[in-house]
Amino acid sequence: MADRAVQIRSWPGVIAAAFVAVLILGTLIAVVLRAEARAGLGPSDWAAIRFTIKQSVMSAVLSVALAVPVARALARRQFFGRKMLVMLLGAPFILPVIVAVLGLLAVLGRNGVLNGALGWLGLPEVQIYGLHGVVLAHVFFNMPLAVRVILQGWQAIPAERFRLAAQLRFSPRDMWRVLERPMLMRVVPGAFAIIFALCMSSFAVALTLGGGPKATTVELAIYQAFRFDFDLGKAALLGCIQIGLAGGAAMVALRLSSTDSFGGGLDRTVERWDAQGRGQTIWDGVLIASAALFLLLPLGMIVGRGVQGVFEMPVNAWWAAAVSLQVSLVSTVVLLLLALPIAIGAARLRLLESVGVLGIASSPLVIGTGLFVMIYPVADPIALALPVTALVNAVMALPFALRVLVPAVRDVVQDYGRLAASLNVTGAVWLRIVLLPRLRAPLGFAAGLTAALSMGDLGVIALFADAERATLPLQMYRLMGSYQTEAAAGAGLVLLTLSFGIFWLFDQGGRSHVDA
Amino acid sequence: MSQDDGPVEPEPVKTGGGKVLEQSGLADPAGTNRANLEDAMKALTFAAGVLMATTALAETPVLTVYTYDSFVSDWGPGPAVEAAFEEVCACDLQLVGAGDGAELLARVKLEGARTDADLVLGLDTNLTAAAKETGLFSDHGVTADYAMPVAWDDATFVPYDWGYFAFVKNADLQSPADFKALGASDLKIVIQDPRSSTPGLGLLMWVKAAYGDEAPAIWEGLSDNIVTVTKGWSEAYGLFLEGEADMVLSYTTSPAYHLIAEEDASKAAAPMSEGHYMQIEVAGKLASTDQPELADQFLQFMVSDAFQSIIPTTNWMYPAVTPESGLPTGFETLISPEKSLLIPAAEAASLRDQALEEWLTALSK
Repeated sequence: MADRAVQIRSWPGVIAAAFVAVLILGTLIAVVLRAEARAGLGPSDWAAIRFTIKQSVMSAVLSVALAVPVARALARRQFFGRKMLVMLLGAPFILPVIVAVLGLLAVLGRNGVLNGALGWLGLPEVQIYGLHGVVLAHVFFNMPLAVRVILQGWQAIPAERFRLAAQLRFSPRDMWRVLERPMLMRVVPGAFAIIFALCMSSFAVALTLGGGPKATTVELAIYQAFRFDFDLGKAALLGCIQIGLAGGAAMVALRLSSTDSFGGGLDRTVERWDAQGRGQTIWDGVLIASAALFLLLPLGMIVGRGVQGVFEMPVNAWWAAAVSLQVSLVSTVVLLLLALPIAIGAARLRLLESVGVLGIASSPLVIGTGLFVMIYPVADPIALALPVTALVNAVMALPFALRVLVPAVRDVVQDYGRLAASLNVTGAVWLRIVLLPRLRAPLGFAAGLTAALSMGDLGVIALFADAERATLPLQMYRLMGSYQTEAAAGAGLVLLTLSFGIFWLFDQGGRSHVDA
Repeated sequence: MSQDDGPVEPEPVKTGGGKVLEQSGLADPAGTNRANLEDAMKALTFAAGVLMATTALAETPVLTVYTYDSFVSDWGPGPAVEAAFEEVCACDLQLVGAGDGAELLARVKLEGARTDADLVLGLDTNLTAAAKETGLFSDHGVTADYAMPVAWDDATFVPYDWGYFAFVKNADLQSPADFKALGASDLKIVIQDPRSSTPGLGLLMWVKAAYGDEAPAIWEGLSDNIVTVTKGWSEAYGLFLEGEADMVLSYTTSPAYHLIAEEDASKAAAPMSEGHYMQIEVAGKLASTDQPELADQFLQFMVSDAFQSIIPTTNWMYPAVTPESGLPTGFETLISPEKSLLIPAAEAASLRDQALEEWLTALSK
């Protein structure tokens, strides 16, 4: 094995991973200890567990299945606006739930664009509420993310391999067998596991678009246990189940994913001689156009709804935007401190990556409550609101960062490990001149994603927040709760712009020398 | 002082010594033949003055009130209430937003007797029994001439506003007369989940209070009218404004917001012949408070004109005590239900779980 060839220090990664595990499991234990009564699960909880698994599996399968052809089309086509489109793929994922849902409904709802068009054509109305609505919304959130992750997989295949394939007159079938299928085996299981875990903890989307209590998820059951029954024991139990399911899925996915590298290349621009047929060009065009439409229509609606409201935003919403920006930058730093060691360590100890999934699999409410219970006896939780939010957001973003960083680190180790070892390049020097330069793109993407995600996340802030230190998403909910629909839509747009802007800055910074 | 005068945080100016001494220091012209001793004295008194000012600042009593988020928002009653109370209390009123009513109670339970909060404002009669059970609240001595459809004799909690739940619709929509007619109609409604939302639970109790054992049948009738169930009021109201439903569960006072704040008379509440379920919002003093007098003062202030006149056009509810100036213009256009429904606090707690079970069963089919 190539990873034996270079001395990788895995202990910093082990420490970082242990920190994350202690944080998440510790909060669970804190909640259990604080519980007064211990209750078992009722039939409605089991129904919630079944529904959660069902919708998560469907959402993850569909997101990935749709993402593969779209990523493939994007990987082998060059067109005007391609860079912009690839960037925009990050947008739905970082939107606050309610903003995205209203955007989706403006297109697909009873009063939406689609039904307007259908009515005009004299066709029957399309109903979005139900299981299919939940899955559709989750696909809207996660498919673009899957496209980005899989696209990165395609781009990890060096241009030289395609050149060689063209010289050998590979048919599309050979291409699939020799290059694309092995690459997908590397990236798809991980993408699936992340999306599965993400959909597990969905709550407001599932309830709103699910059309009623049939669409009760585990996260809602946790919320009910906490808010309605104040049964902390049950909240923690459900929290464990959620982590167990998502964590289990992540383990299986990691096991399934192969670790073969495509070897190093010279970072030339990829040219695809294999995909120049007319039929393929049209097919790719159709795929890209429909994905773009599915993505951009709701986003366009959000922008349209928000423009007016931006001018009606109160001053403190702008302050909240500044607070959010601050939280998001701190989160990004924390994330890099955790993700980089874990990714390096995971090149050797593969299990380390699964720690990341704990973050998204765990219920924000349980983490929030657990941290609150832990902090309360020693300090004022409200004073610690922002650091806590930054930390939790970083942990929540960890799996995404790891998903892009781990394969990249593994490649560097496999491709340059022997050379580095023979030149006696180790430790900090290896980090500086070998690893980090080659990680630039995935690091930029990971940092951008974290910053954006942290900007839009309500997460744990609700338990800790006070009026002065509210983040923008929280402020937006408060505006909505005070009939200020327009100002709230404005805040949503500002949030989208900020999240997207910061994502763009980081991502662009990482890719500036690469033709992505 | 109006609420627009900027922050009403305690400043040294308000608290005595510091400013005066600073002025006397400045009044001393430089270069006069004063003894060194005198200079030293001055420096000392200046330092003492600064010290005194800081102590005075620290001694301004702080009254911490936990409340729900929308109360503290810019458009909520919070800013005006804070300004008005600080004018009379020589204290620092800190309003802390903590989710909604039920989350508020969960937060207090989490913190237990060690809580920093002196008062909790924003529970309702569905929660007061559970709140009393915690033993964290102490009794009040407030009396007032309440203008509510029901008599109030709770020893622990003081009401500050109330309202009726109602379905809000476009004014030109012909709405059904009762829940049975609504169930038979093909109107689309959006409601909130009783497990995560106060109005959602209100509707549950409304149907239970009006129909008792017949409630499951009513829910079955409504099941095909319910477009969707949302986590909270904001989402549901947002969906309604986007045109996703014909009616949304809210309050009879919601149209007053559109009428008064937006000069838009296009929204109305649908009167139901069964009567409308009431929500009474209350505040209570925590037994662990370190400011018992100030807390009592706040509760008494809460039922006074200064507080009550803020409520109608900020919280969009009826004030518990009608202010001298009466209700704002526009409130007279609201529907007044023929019958007020309210399940007493003690029964509400036990009926809640049964009603929820019926709701889940009827809507999960």
